[in-house]
Amino acid sequence: MRYLIWMLVLVLIILHQDYWQWENATLDFGFLPRALTYHIAISLAAAIIWLLAVRFCWPDAMIERELEDQDR
Amino acid sequence: MTQLVVIVIYLALLVVLGLTANRMFRGTASDYMFASHSIGPFLLLMSLFGTTMTAFALVGSTGQAYRAGAGVYGLLASASGIVHSLCFFLIGVPLWTLGQRHGYRTQIQFFRDRLNSHAIGYLLFPILVFLVVGYLMVGVLGGGAVIEAVTQGAFEPSGWFASTGFGVPSWLGSAVICVVVLIYVFFGGMRGTAWANAFQTAVFMILGVVSFVVIADAIGGTDSFVEDLRVASQQVDESQLRRDKIPKPLFFSFLLIPLSVGMFPHVFQHWLTARNANAFKLPIVMHPIFIMIVWVPCVLLGLWASGPQSGIGEALAEMDPHDRGNAVLGLLVSTHAGPLLGGLLTAGILAAIMSSLDSQFLCLGTMFTEDVLRSGDKDERDDRRTVLIARTFVVAVVVATYCLSLVLPRSVFDLGLWSFAGFTGLFPVVFAAIYWRWLTAAGAICSVLTTIGVWFVLFIRSGFGANPGYSFPEQPLSLTVVTIPPLHPVVAIFVASTVALVVVSVFTKRPDDATLRKFFRPRWRA
Repeated sequence: MRYLIWMLVLVLIILHQDYWQWENATLDFGFLPRALTYHIAISLAAAIIWLLAVRFCWPDAMIERELEDQDR
Repeated sequence: MTQLVVIVIYLALLVVLGLTANRMFRGTASDYMFASHSIGPFLLLMSLFGTTMTAFALVGSTGQAYRAGAGVYGLLASASGIVHSLCFFLIGVPLWTLGQRHGYRTQIQFFRDRLNSHAIGYLLFPILVFLVVGYLMVGVLGGGAVIEAVTQGAFEPSGWFASTGFGVPSWLGSAVICVVVLIYVFFGGMRGTAWANAFQTAVFMILGVVSFVVIADAIGGTDSFVEDLRVASQQVDESQLRRDKIPKPLFFSFLLIPLSVGMFPHVFQHWLTARNANAFKLPIVMHPIFIMIVWVPCVLLGLWASGPQSGIGEALAEMDPHDRGNAVLGLLVSTHAGPLLGGLLTAGILAAIMSSLDSQFLCLGTMFTEDVLRSGDKDERDDRRTVLIARTFVVAVVVATYCLSLVLPRSVFDLGLWSFAGFTGLFPVVFAAIYWRWLTAAGAICSVLTTIGVWFVLFIRSGFGANPGYSFPEQPLSLTVVTIPPLHPVVAIFVASTVALVVVSVFTKRPDDATLRKFFRPRWRA
């Protein structure tokens, strides 16, 4: 799962570079330029991926070991 | 005059907040500099967001969208949503853990220990201070300029400040901002700073959305909010909806700029305030959403301002083209929202500026205290004396920054991006220090020297920042298999720094085993 999530982060960074729709002047819902709609979706996707990351990639064990060592 | 009254009330509220935080002050250095590591998830989210969002988030985003169109959000905002959270996760959490374990109070203490070298500290200290001061200038000068612009005519009846259109002169506005921030940082320390940041972040987020709704209604002119949005967007020229004005290589380059957060000393200090590692989870998840809440309305307002129904076209046409961008938001508010909302929005802009200034002032005070005065001090620390020294340095830093802002030219506004580029160049050092055993002191030192060397050369080539469109390579560079297009200087700085770090580390002596065991026993994994 951890590798899948870091792969998703990488995919998100690649998708951020959306050169294929540079010339697109569509207004989504009649008021949102496509360049904005797409990157709002990127922001929402980032929040979801970070939610998965803190759920499945959180370094609990490392933090506990480090802080236990401090207590000794 | 209404706007001036609102600003004065807002600044007074901040002073009260700082003095209230002082009532909870425990008298220890840890409490003054790190709020006794007691900051929970919500305050950490608000303070980190407030610290990383400067005035540029409100004023600059609107102005840039007016100039370059809808692509500005992808250029600056969605990239930050990905990369800032990445830095909080990959750099912030490990540094918090190491800070808890080894008692680090500044980045330099960490680097000295990790690399077993005092030289890295002596080298990094002036560079970090130099880059932070460049960043500070943007806030101090920006705050003064905003106050001067919105108080025009306020003193006409008394005849004061005629040379600045009867508005509060920028030097006086900057001084007032410095004094207010100084009061709540001096008395409230990190707790006051965190509270003020949370309050100010809420202020600029809420006021941004309110201004958006009011201006949409004024430009749209219908009874339906959604219809107002459609009318406002459909009057914009199609070229503003495309991304013709944003070169693709520049768009790629800007992906690196948010990495600067990983090396900001003031963000490092905020990380250390966390109550526990779990407090990072909320900021990591919510940071992209908060950026979206602030930036989407501002970018749409900038777009609408470029259309014929914005109501500010004539006023903008009369202005110097260089000043138009920064004036867009203020003109929209003053034209469509009236003096009360204008005053409130100005308070929101000042909130964005001050929520970065406070952390920067406090971190410079902490760095001077810990990395200069207390460097190598092994004795039991006298907390009261340490707090006194830190406070004295905070006052000195504020005074020095203010004096510098009086003598520097206004073009230093462009220094903000150069400051970020410098911090991005230092990012490989902190990343490698956490994740790469082979990093050596020589490698880190060469990387820092390369960063600052390349930074200076490119800064001079750009006319000391006077050419905001400066790119490197200056012309497309044809290699045998690929042509490198002109890119933002941050790319050259980052690549040179990384290459220096890797090459020199591979060929020089690694830290001893005891040092490596101290930092690499547990793997950074769940």
